[in-house]
Parts: sequence; C-alpha cells; structure tokens
Amino acid sequence: MNPKRKKRLLIVLFILSGAGVAVGLTLYALSQNINLFFSPTQIAQGEAPVGTRIRAGGMVVEGSVNRDNKSLRVEFEVTDFQNSIPIVYSGILPDLFREGQGIVAQGELDASGKLQAVEVLAKHDENYMPPEVAEALEKAGKMPKPSGQEFNK
Amino acid sequence: MIPELGTYALVLALCLSVLLSTIPMVGAQRGNLLWISFARPLSIGVFFFTAISFVALTYAFLANDFSVSYVANNSNTALPWYYRMSAVWGGHEGSLLLWVLTLAGWTLAVALKSRDLPADILGRVLGVMGIITTGFLLFVLFTSSPFERLLPRSPAEGADLNPLLQDFGLIVHPPMLYMGYVGFSVAFAFAIAALLSGRLDAAWARWSRPWTNVAWAFLTLGITLGSWWAYYELGWGGWWFWDPVENASLMPWLIGTALVHSLAVTEKRGVFKSWTVLLAIFAFSLSLLGTFLVRSGVLTSVHAFAADPERGFFILMLLLITIGGSLFLYALRASEVKSESSFSLVSRETMLLVNNVLLTVICFTVLLGTLYPLLVDALGMGKISVGPPYFNALSVPVGALLMLFLGVGAVTRWRRQDGTALLKQLVVPFVIAIVLGVLSLMLREGESTLWTYVGVILAFWLLVMAISDISDRVRRRSTPVLANLKRLPRSYYGMQMAHLGVAVLAVGIAMVSAFNEQRDLRMAPGDTQQVGDYTFVFEGARHFDGPNYSSDIATLRVFYKGEPYDVMQPEKRLYTARGTVMTEVALDPGLFRDLYVALGEPLENGAWAIRLQFKPYVRWLWLGGLLMTFGGILAATDPRYRKQSRREQSKLETANA
Repeated sequence: MNPKRKKRLLIVLFILSGAGVAVGLTLYALSQNINLFFSPTQIAQGEAPVGTRIRAGGMVVEGSVNRDNKSLRVEFEVTDFQNSIPIVYSGILPDLFREGQGIVAQGELDASGKLQAVEVLAKHDENYMPPEVAEALEKAGKMPKPSGQEFNK
Repeated sequence: MIPELGTYALVLALCLSVLLSTIPMVGAQRGNLLWISFARPLSIGVFFFTAISFVALTYAFLANDFSVSYVANNSNTALPWYYRMSAVWGGHEGSLLLWVLTLAGWTLAVALKSRDLPADILGRVLGVMGIITTGFLLFVLFTSSPFERLLPRSPAEGADLNPLLQDFGLIVHPPMLYMGYVGFSVAFAFAIAALLSGRLDAAWARWSRPWTNVAWAFLTLGITLGSWWAYYELGWGGWWFWDPVENASLMPWLIGTALVHSLAVTEKRGVFKSWTVLLAIFAFSLSLLGTFLVRSGVLTSVHAFAADPERGFFILMLLLITIGGSLFLYALRASEVKSESSFSLVSRETMLLVNNVLLTVICFTVLLGTLYPLLVDALGMGKISVGPPYFNALSVPVGALLMLFLGVGAVTRWRRQDGTALLKQLVVPFVIAIVLGVLSLMLREGESTLWTYVGVILAFWLLVMAISDISDRVRRRSTPVLANLKRLPRSYYGMQMAHLGVAVLAVGIAMVSAFNEQRDLRMAPGDTQQVGDYTFVFEGARHFDGPNYSSDIATLRVFYKGEPYDVMQPEKRLYTARGTVMTEVALDPGLFRDLYVALGEPLENGAWAIRLQFKPYVRWLWLGGLLMTFGGILAATDPRYRKQSRREQSKLETANA
C-alpha cells in the first residue's frame, strides 16, 4: 500500500470509528432519556409504569388545587374528562398554571398512584394546548367546545 | 388602503423575483451578458417592493389599524409605540415577512457588493437567491398574508402582543437570528452557482468566505440574544433548555461553524472542496428545517405559537425541493471536483477535518434528539420527549474534545508538520493549563465535578495556546513588538477572538452548572434566607398599575456578609387585554455572579412563593457569544478580500487587453 493510500485509509478509519462510537453513544443516551407520555385514562387503567420518569397531562380539575400552608407543596388533579389522576409537586408553578388550563407534568408514579412531579409545564400562549393533551382529550371525546376550535388555530 | 398597497407590493416583488430566478440563470447558461446584467436591477427591485410591503405593515401597526387581522391579533392601543413596531414580527405572518425582507436584503447586498465577481457567477448566485425568494414570497402570499382584513366587523381594540414578547430582547433577537439563518442562503447560492458553472476553486471559497462569516456572526449573536432573553424573561433563570426550537437554531450554527473552517481550508489549500459544498447545502437546509419546525407547530415548545398543517406542508415542500434539488445537482457535479494539493496526516488540514467531524457529530446527535419524538409520533408509537440529559451526555464530551483539538489546530502548520516537534511544543502549555485550572478551582469553595475541571482546564488551554501563538508570531521578526502586532492580519485577530470566545463560554458553562445555587421558598414578610454570602430579607409586596398591566411588586433587602447591599424588586404582572400572567425578575448582574430573584404565586397572609438564585459566571456565556460574533465580523472585514479581488480584476483586464 502506498503512503498516500495508507493515510487515506487512516483518515477514513478514524472517521468511521468516530462515527460508530458516536452512533452507539447516541442510541444509548437516547434510550436512557426518553420520557413517554400517558393520558389520565391510560394511567388509571394501569398502563403506565411505576417508578419510571414519564410525562402526563390533561386539564387541571376546577377546585382541585390544594396548597400546603407551610411549604411550596401543592396537590392537584388533571383530567381528560374520563378519568383524573392526582399530581404532587413541590416548587413554583408556571405563570400559566390555572384551574381549567391544559398542563403537562413530568415525574414518576408512586405506589399510591400519585404522580410525583419534578416539572410542571404550561405554555405561554393561552390559546395553545400541548399537542399531547389535545390528543388525549380528543381520544376521550372531550375536547372543549366551542373554544376547542380556537386551540391550535 | 395602505395594507392593500402592501399586498400589491408583495405581488410585484414576486413577479420580479420570478424574473430574477430565470433570466440571469438562462443568461449564464447561454453566455448572454445582457440577460445576466438584469440580475442586479432585479435584485434591487425585489428588495424595494418587499421593503414597501414591510413598511406598510409597520404603518398598520403604528396606526392601530385593527381591521387588519394580524394587527388585531398582535397589537393593542395601550401598547407603547416601540412594542407596536416590534410586534410586526411578533407572530407567524409578520415574522415570515421579516424573513423574506432579510432574504431580499442579503440578495441586495450581494448584488451591490460583488462588482468584482465574474458576471456569470454573479448572475447564478443572484438567480439562486431569486428562486429561494420566489418560494418564500409564494408562501407568504398564499398561506400567511399579514394583510388579511377583518371586514366589515373589525374590532375596536386589538388582542395585544403576547406579553412574553413585550421586551427589548424580542425587538432584537428575531432580526439577528434571521440575518444568520437567511445569511446562509448566500453561502448556499455561491455553492450552487459554483456547481452549476463547474468552477469549484479557491476563488469561489474566497468570495463565499466573508459572506459566510458575516452570516455566522449574526447567527451567533441571535442565539446569544435568545439565550439571554430566555434567562431573564422566561423567569426561571435557565439559559439553555435543549428546547426543539433552540436546537433548530443550534444545528445550522454547528454546521455553519464547520463550514467557516472548511472554507478556510478550501481557500488556502484547495482541498475539501466537495465537502465544503455539502456543508453549505446543509447549513441552509438546516436553516429551512428550523423554520419548518418552528412554523409548522409540530413541536411542543415555548416558541410554538399556533399551528396550521397547510403552512407546515408548504415549508416541508420547500425544504424537500431545496435539499433534493441541491443534492441531485451535487451528485451530478461533485465527481468532477479534484483536490489541488495533498497534505500529510499531521497538518492543519487534518486538524480542521477533526473539527468538522466533531461539529457534524454534535449536530447529528442534536438532530436525532430533536426529530426522534416526531418520528415516533408519526409512526403512531406513542408520545415521547427527549430530555436534556441526552443532549448533555453527548455534546459536553464531544465539545471538550473539540476544544482540545482547537488548541492544537491553531498552531499546527498547513500541509505537513513534524509530529514529535508538535507534541514537544504542546506539553508545556498543557501542563500550565492543568495547573492553572486545578488551582483556580481548588481556591474556590464548593464541590467541583470532573466536567467542571475539564471545562476550566480546557479554557486555560485555549488561552495559553493563543498567547503562545501570538508571541511566537511577534518574535519571529526582529522589528519592534508593536509594529509586529500591527502587521498580523485582521482575520488572524478575528480567529483568536472567536476562539477566546469559546474559552469564555466554556468557563461560563462549567462554573454556572457546578456552582449555581437555587432556593424555591415560601416567604412571608420578615422572612430571611441565606444564599451564598448574601442574605435576602422579604419585606412584602405592593400593588402597582402599569400602562397595559397591573402588577404586584415585592421588595427584598439584600445583605452581603451582613452589610446592606441592594434592594431587589421582582414583579408579577397581569396583562389585562389577554389576562396573561407574567414574571418580571429582579437581577443584580455582575461579571462574576448574578443575583436572580423571581416571584412565584401569592400564597395566603401576604406570603409569596419566591425563587432565589446565585448564578456565578453566568454573564460569561453571553460574553463568549459576543466575542465569537465580533471575531467573525473582524475576519469577514479583512481588507485582504477586497485587495485580492481588485488584483484579480486587474489581472483579468490585462489578459483581455
């Protein structure tokens, strides 16, 4: 093999091995960091795993928000109008968090079926509904109307 | 009347851009100079009419013309005039108009600034820009015209601008970002023109370089501003969320960075040509992909305004045509490209190749993490999201590797370098960097992780290598130091400054990630809380009425080591027109640390949920971005580019004579 070819081979090998390692690492990291979304109905039916990081979302049930009066702990329920699940969160809620508003929470289900949330997301546009929530509501046939047409216009 | 004029001007601009995308292209193909010479006046015309349309929309906003549906949805009489002006690009339709205006502006700049280009190249470049402009003008006119009327039932009052966007950051962030995004269309057009004419040579790289550098600098500035804006306006003190839309701007930046370096190799050494062309195509394609991701509403994101499948489909088609068409052309022509020189394994060429590979790897992982949820959703396999740990797990180590090679590459010679001599040259700076990095972290209180050490050591590594390289270059001549410093080219200083920006950015990321202190608290009036050396005393909140909002302003007294230091007043605003609640944080900025106070929600008995943060070195993130921006502009304005083209011009004239 002449030196020029040898050099080219080295470079190509370097790139290929680098790409291989990168793809491997990427797929591993991806598999470790995927959070599946579950609707309240799916969780109520026991489809969601316990003790794994998941996302759940729906509309915040009117009158369900319950604050602890010593800390920032707050409990509330989200619903897709078929089932509702309790969510526990400790921290500051986003500005757009309101009763009747669509939210997505990220956290783990505990043994008692409560979602221990580490993050609660509500989006900045009041007409905007997280797509997951919109789909969950549609599946349940409970997309709010007529304001439903305003969503995602 | 005025809005109709705006639409009319857009239609005229469309007609001219259709001409621009055909006449000069055909002229260049046939060698018809007269047809080519239409390119410049047509570019001016397209810009002129697009600008008229933009001015018409701005006028509609300033005059509170709520019969225009876009104005009614995004403005309000109570809005101050400067926000009414920036509201022009506060929503989908207007921001697309700004996109097109920016594109027309770049086309105009190329038309006016490139008098030295060979006529056929200029015709083709402007023609390609014309094709892109046509696509986007069609998009604006058919799916998202900002001039649609709400007649006869026009509202008396507008719905107000989204309060998040009522901020200085929004006035400047989108235009800068668009300048960058759209700027890559110039590099793209040059690449396509070079492929069409079959003249992929050093001259092509030299013409393309300053434009690419400027576009890259704008994109860097746009991303920096976006990060800064998110930091203080979204309210929670984060500066990068790995949000799909942030990723959409990061991907063209990564490929653009690779392109800037690859163009350097192509210009200096005449190698990597087809790779450079490919990067130029991908940089612009990723800009289009970013536009698609943001505008189609397929993403759950802070930037996802409202979705419309028709619009998404239109951009997707544009994207497919651009990528498909340019890659097809590439496949046809790339085999004709020949390298003009060779290089050995240890050389600057190889180092820049490593840079390109690493940047592409980061970009690929970001792309995968961003598109994977969409793919899974499209296949009906469930709704998923990919968390920040994924992105950090890959971009941090590869970024560190990139910095390691950056230090080596900047001192390696072109073509060939003695490997052992290079290693010898590197040992001392590397030891110095480790000693400085470890010492500076040991002297600091608090727990450092492995990656904190890596980040700080690599930052010192870049600093030491930059100093040693500059001093080497100065000492090579016997003339006085100052004269030697002056003799170094401007693009060299640009490079050093941008690389220093990388070091500053790395320090910012490493320090703020490791030493950030955050407390989420319930505070009643009189409560105190210690964060680092600072003590915060909550004194309660009072009510306040602004022009288009009402708010609660809290007062916190801050003590530094027991001494009175500052009074901070975070706010919670309720924007009345939309009923939107907004957090206005209180900041005490500093070069080495920020104090950050955000007000959560009111609790009973005058207590509030409050977030207190101590953020060391957070300013360095944006300082790094600014240094990179400035470096890019310095490199682009190097007088060499102008001199070179003048020399070629005179050579051509003598040859013709």
